[in-house]
Amino acid sequence: MADFDVIVVGAGCAGSVAAYQLAKAGKSVLMIERGNYAGAKNMTGGRIYSHSLKKVFPDFEEEAPLERRVTHERISLIDPEANFTIDFTSDKMHTPGEDSWTVLRGPFDQWLAQQAEDAGAECIYGIPVDDLVTEDGAVKGVVAGEDTLTADIVILADGVNSLLTAKAVGAPTPQPHQMAVGLKELIELPAEVIEDRLLLAPGEGAAWLFAGDATHGHVGGAFMYTNKDSISLGLVATLSDLVTADTPVYQMFEDFKQHPAVAPPVKGGKVVEYSGHMVPEGGYAMVPKLVTDGCLVTGDAGMLCINLGYCVRGMDFAVTSGDFAAQAAIEALDAGDVSAAKLARYTQLLDGSYVMKDLRQFQKFPHFMESTKRIFNEYPAMVRDMMNNLFIVDGEPCVPLRRKLMDPVKTVGIMNVLKDAKGGVTAL
Amino acid sequence: MIKDITVNVDAKLSLNRYDVDEEAAHIELKEPDAAPDFDREFDKLVLACPAGLYKRDADGRTSFDYAGCLECGTCRILCGTTILDHWNYPGPTKGVEYRWG
Repeated sequence: MADFDVIVVGAGCAGSVAAYQLAKAGKSVLMIERGNYAGAKNMTGGRIYSHSLKKVFPDFEEEAPLERRVTHERISLIDPEANFTIDFTSDKMHTPGEDSWTVLRGPFDQWLAQQAEDAGAECIYGIPVDDLVTEDGAVKGVVAGEDTLTADIVILADGVNSLLTAKAVGAPTPQPHQMAVGLKELIELPAEVIEDRLLLAPGEGAAWLFAGDATHGHVGGAFMYTNKDSISLGLVATLSDLVTADTPVYQMFEDFKQHPAVAPPVKGGKVVEYSGHMVPEGGYAMVPKLVTDGCLVTGDAGMLCINLGYCVRGMDFAVTSGDFAAQAAIEALDAGDVSAAKLARYTQLLDGSYVMKDLRQFQKFPHFMESTKRIFNEYPAMVRDMMNNLFIVDGEPCVPLRRKLMDPVKTVGIMNVLKDAKGGVTAL
Repeated sequence: MIKDITVNVDAKLSLNRYDVDEEAAHIELKEPDAAPDFDREFDKLVLACPAGLYKRDADGRTSFDYAGCLECGTCRILCGTTILDHWNYPGPTKGVEYRWG
């Protein structure tokens, strides 16, 4: 007889949702988190798309510690001498279940873990799981320090840098081109100042992504998300390309922060925290086996994440994968069969949902982004030149509009632009 | 060639809450002589570690301190099989503790 029906490793989005659903179904659950509280080791840019959370917690808008509902999407191409921004807002961004919210993982993860605890899950904090107990390839429990705890099923929700998935499912160590490093400053500012500077209605928020000089022309980008009383300002860079740079990633970030398009919104703010985390950006190609006898892999530990440049998603995938893992585990426990064959219900559920459909749909995009470095250097410069041609009036006779726009395209090369456009469209 | 660094990343780390495990280093490097290409690999980490824990001074000497680690795992992905001797998470209750994240 095992100590628990299920042990969940990690109290992030995937782990806490899985523990909540299992406890609600009357299963005995232990959730083990290495941080001294849920979220203590976690960070996000970032925002969560609400659709999956709403399925599990229909009233989360009233209950969860959310920061701001995102009502402005901004995308910038940033060049050392210029910045070009698209700002989109729409009534659709206010639709519950189709909207997105900025969050901070400290408060947010604690709330999510509390839901699991209130439903009856046991939670222990401050304890890293060092190893798994396995028998003939089947996962039977976990080892934490001197202690061994057994369970019929172990759900791994231990994040992007899981040291356990290799043993559990033979997950290979991700390659540097599949991983990005993210860093972030949390900058405190009064709510009204944030709203005035970012052109927001009270309580509403902005998500702002930057490509180009933010990473000194390397693969990656920067972000600015508005919270209630703070701005999350950070940068993400793909490891394989970052190591060819001439500037450390934290210096890139500092340079970005000084850019005339970035400095004014955060001016006078007080930096209160500096965090770092990896992001799995390799897409479908890096998703390991997610099921083995007695074990399911969820969330970032399963590399369930998508970065499309204009849209970065991981937390909604984590919530859904935790939800599905719980469902598969409940069915397996009720049937008294926790074999990989029975637990394969989990991958069936993922395959039938947006999770695997989207990962497959966009599986070419990581390679496209990585191999199209012009996005990060030449295109921001091209757009800068087009806009300079369009907006600068110097008293010289004007050239026709088509030349204002086409001359910078010719500098990059029309064939290059066409090829990249075709590549991008195909990958998306 | 790595350009000059003007930002003080240690000052940023000092904003965070840590309980550093003085007893055990959760990350340790191999001896330079024991790892082929030590310098080239080390410089990858100078560029990629967001906490700037991998440093090279003006005379080219390398140094590493795990105390300000953000536990992101970047060095494990880049150099886990080359110049790192081991990479573990810090022991119970130790390491960085994000208040906001």
